[in-house]
Amino acid sequence: MGEVVRLQEVAKVYTMGEERVEAMKGVSFTVDSGEFVAIMGASGSGKSTCMNILGCLDVPSRGSYHLDGVNVGELSSNQLAEIRNKKLGFVFQGFNLLARTTARENVELPLVYGQVPAAQRRSRAMEALERVGLAGRESHYSNQLSGGQQQRVAIARALVNEPSIILADEPTGNLDSKTTVEILNIFQELNAQGITIIMVTHEPEVAEFTGRHIIFRDGLVLSDTPHAAKPAAAPQAGQP
Amino acid sequence: MSTFLQSLLIAMRALRVNKMRALLTMLGIIIGIAAVIAMVAIGAGASKMISDQISSIGSNLLLVLPGSITSGGMRSGSGSTQTLTYDDAKAIKAECPSVAEVAPTVRGSGQVVYGNQNWSTALNGVTPEMLTVRDWPVVSGRNITQSDVDGATKNCLIGQTVADNLFGAADPVGKIIRVKKIPFTVIGLLGRKGQSPQGQDQDDVVYVPLRTAQRKLLGSQFPNVVGAMMVQAKSAEVLKKAEEEVTALLNQRHRVGPSRDADYTVRNLSEILAVAEQSSKVMSMLLGAVASISLVVGGIGIMNIMLVSVTERTREIGIRIAIGAKRRDILLQFLTEAVLLTTCGGIIGMLLGVIGARVVAELVGWPTLISVNTIVVAFAFSAGVGVFFGFYPARKAASLNPIEALRYE
Repeated sequence: MGEVVRLQEVAKVYTMGEERVEAMKGVSFTVDSGEFVAIMGASGSGKSTCMNILGCLDVPSRGSYHLDGVNVGELSSNQLAEIRNKKLGFVFQGFNLLARTTARENVELPLVYGQVPAAQRRSRAMEALERVGLAGRESHYSNQLSGGQQQRVAIARALVNEPSIILADEPTGNLDSKTTVEILNIFQELNAQGITIIMVTHEPEVAEFTGRHIIFRDGLVLSDTPHAAKPAAAPQAGQP
Repeated sequence: MSTFLQSLLIAMRALRVNKMRALLTMLGIIIGIAAVIAMVAIGAGASKMISDQISSIGSNLLLVLPGSITSGGMRSGSGSTQTLTYDDAKAIKAECPSVAEVAPTVRGSGQVVYGNQNWSTALNGVTPEMLTVRDWPVVSGRNITQSDVDGATKNCLIGQTVADNLFGAADPVGKIIRVKKIPFTVIGLLGRKGQSPQGQDQDDVVYVPLRTAQRKLLGSQFPNVVGAMMVQAKSAEVLKKAEEEVTALLNQRHRVGPSRDADYTVRNLSEILAVAEQSSKVMSMLLGAVASISLVVGGIGIMNIMLVSVTERTREIGIRIAIGAKRRDILLQFLTEAVLLTTCGGIIGMLLGVIGARVVAELVGWPTLISVNTIVVAFAFSAGVGVFFGFYPARKAASLNPIEALRYE
């Protein structure tokens, strides 16, 4: 399978007042299509900055980032928005669903910005909700759902545009251990269907479920090792 | 288009969530628009009332009065001489192409008696053209005719005030009244004209044929003399031209030249109208200006609330940007919300303004005029206020850094 992500000597420097903070000091790695990667490291190691750059929310100060062969550093803010919309799916620690909005409408949101017609939006949203085991919950408001369910809605939202990569930033950080396993099983299933997933976590138990560990320290890659993914423990991801 | 529709839906939802706040924010615009509409309506009504009153004299009129003469070094006042004649009036009608009608008149006053009622009123000798020139209908009976004038008949027209005082509610037409002890037949009752701009009761009048007045009623030393002439131009555009024509003709007929002063004056009544209209226009512009200040205050309220709303929804904006919303989408979303607020306020304000104007019309008895123009302008203005005061908060929302926005608590 082809290469999806290529980071070459990526550095990111922030200036906070007088102080210069070098969050990334030259990071290089590639991710192939169909991989399930965990990015690990202590806080301040640069993993979140790396995630923002991978997610096209931020651009590198130095070095280059190619996504699907396109050099992201050369794109305008509208083109970046387009890439976030079409090629990337985000799953956040805090779920980040819109309040007072139904599950289906939350999932439809990327399609709204992608100018997809309403009827098609609806059917694709329903399909995505089914894939994360939430069929029948589409008209629940986000505050009527449990944490695990909310995160599944977020995953469905990330899936709905059939992106090249799903970027998950501590997706299980706010969940109990049982729900954590459920969510990770969903990721594994999606990965088995060929979806590339990059997940940031600081918990080794969570990283166990992935096929590759990239460990950050002080803005550099400390180690990058393949790993035998722990098989799904729960019987079926779709169960509540 | 679908992007716009989408922003409209999002905006409507956002406003529904905070109904009370939306309503209070709108209140500024509601009051502003209502005030503008009501003030402009009242101003326009007052202006129409003034111009109606002035044009009740008649439209496109020139007033020709006898001038002053100098006798033995003493100059007497305007109108004090008897230099205009019925023949002058006929000549003006015949020879001035811009003149539509000429109505010569002699004026006087006297006692009129019917049965045991009597009343002191103005007695005017007129020709049939007087009612045309003054745009004054006969509501019952008929007008004076040329044969009444030529034959100096003892027929008369009476105004509403005279009719009220002599006849009460009874129909006066065909009755015999005594005018200065001479019996006259009432042949027509004039419509109600109301007050003149100077506050005179225009309905307190008896019209008799010109020759009758000259020969029998208001005896004068020169029987053909008239006291004044009302000259109606064919249109407002040729009024000035008519004035020149009349002046030229009278100069020629009265042999006015370097050695002889004009013995008459021509006054243009439209100038009075223009001045009055100008002043009432200034008045209503002033009212409108005061009212639009409240509209600006309302707009600032909108800006304030939109800024609060952007701060409150920072996280939502972050999510939308992360998911693929362009800056433009976010800008449009908040701008739509602001414009929706102001146009809703504008519509409610318009209704209140129209109702308010009606209430004032009822209470004070002023006429109010609500033109479609005012409503369209007010609506466009309220939308404009939304765009103007919504732009800054919307731009602030669109320029948020998504990473910080997503972390915002």
